[in-house]
Amino acid sequence: MRTVAVVGASLAGLSAARSLRKQGFDGRLVVIGDELHRPYDRPPLSKEFLAGALAEADLALEQDDEDLRAEWLLGVRAVGLDGPQRAVRLADGSEVRADGVVIATGAAARTLPGTDGLAGVHTLRTLDDARALRDELALGGRLVVIGGGFIGAEVASTAYALGLDVTVVEAAPTPLAGPLGETMGGIVSALHADHGVRLWCGVGVKGLRGESRVEAVLLEDGRSVPADIVVVGVGARPCVEWLAGSGLALDDGVTCGADGRTRLAGVVAVGDCASWYDPRAGLHRRVEHWTGARERPDAAVTALLAGGAVEPSAPRPPYFWSDQYGVKIQFAGHAAAADSVTIEEGARDDHNVLAVYRRSGQPVAVLGMNQPRLFTRWRKQLAAAA
Amino acid sequence: MMIPACRLVDLPRGEAYRLDIDPPVSVFHTDDGEVFAIDDTCTHQDASLADGWLEGCEVECPLHASKFDLRTGAVDAPPAKRPVRTHEVRVEDGMIYVRLSLDAPNLPPCVTARLAGGPA
Repeated sequence: MRTVAVVGASLAGLSAARSLRKQGFDGRLVVIGDELHRPYDRPPLSKEFLAGALAEADLALEQDDEDLRAEWLLGVRAVGLDGPQRAVRLADGSEVRADGVVIATGAAARTLPGTDGLAGVHTLRTLDDARALRDELALGGRLVVIGGGFIGAEVASTAYALGLDVTVVEAAPTPLAGPLGETMGGIVSALHADHGVRLWCGVGVKGLRGESRVEAVLLEDGRSVPADIVVVGVGARPCVEWLAGSGLALDDGVTCGADGRTRLAGVVAVGDCASWYDPRAGLHRRVEHWTGARERPDAAVTALLAGGAVEPSAPRPPYFWSDQYGVKIQFAGHAAAADSVTIEEGARDDHNVLAVYRRSGQPVAVLGMNQPRLFTRWRKQLAAAA
Repeated sequence: MMIPACRLVDLPRGEAYRLDIDPPVSVFHTDDGEVFAIDDTCTHQDASLADGWLEGCEVECPLHASKFDLRTGAVDAPPAKRPVRTHEVRVEDGMIYVRLSLDAPNLPPCVTARLAGGPA
């Protein structure tokens, strides 16, 4: 393999580039990114960076003295893939031909229809998004967060600490019920009310009011919530439109095997745009976690370099974290697989909880709130049992 | 200066003991029976490596995914970018002693800001 193109220059793309060099790939390495920025870390964008506690330089993912001997094509979008030729077509009309292609184009924030061009309305996914939101939050006022998932909750927590008046609107009866289940979703989202942030659940958003700038969020039950700033945190969709016609199977992301291999020889997919087969669950799923974008490229690169001659090793159970209102939230495993959840340590009112999810008595997931030590032990146990 | 940490028999293999000095230092007893001391605070964010995932000669930060090599202090991958200090360890009469490194510690930005009296 003489040339490898990595399409996507965020954590998954950088991790793939690093894995390639670490695993001995000595050829031409081209990294293509649609943003102008060098690879940066996204988790702080809704937390320390948004609060002004971290500067842009602190977000850099590369070491100061790191040299991957890569050609960086930044600020240019990939618009097509010729599957059999493994040629990546770029928006500027050029083309990168490669023997191996790593697809790491991530996901893009979902928006609300009809809100384009309305000032004061934000999504939060990229550094440029975070800069714009940070500048507006600094002016203070009334913030309405649409969506009570992790991004929405972190923005609400950060804005609350900055002194804004914050309301969170969530369409589902309980925020975070998808990733955490009803019970623990309720306990974690109670952090909002505990800190004086209004949380309105079970009501959808009909639209926004405002001429050039947003003035209010209109709810489906007829109420309206005055707003100076609105953050739309309603999930993300995988960036795979550019792969139409490439021959890849696309269904909520690039459909992959258990090691990132796609149906095209010499093409693997990693990170938020990739839907890997989970042998334990017997289905494909897209895992949008930082840890997956960091760890899975190692396996995908092994598969790419070996041409499919190695068996994938079992990945560790999915792990993610969140920081809200000064509480460290950690989760590993799959809540949806559980038939019971019990709090094993701590008390919910103290924001200090270790909860274990079980199926037929066997642990399948664990949640920690300010319990890093116990959480690590349970996480190890989950991995060993898997 | 040699600082007494704890008795070797009180630190089972696979466990860590945190010395609450400033900045804190942790002593690790690996599954292979080796003993190492490194700075306890992850260089990325305020987290205690003594709470982390010890495997072989590496400890993974309890919050995120960076692993530190107990022998060299080197970090393997983001989000941490800087190594932790390592400290010399000696076991005498069943007691673990730590000789503190004279290098400047690599503390995370939030801890540095707090020590400087700024916003955390």
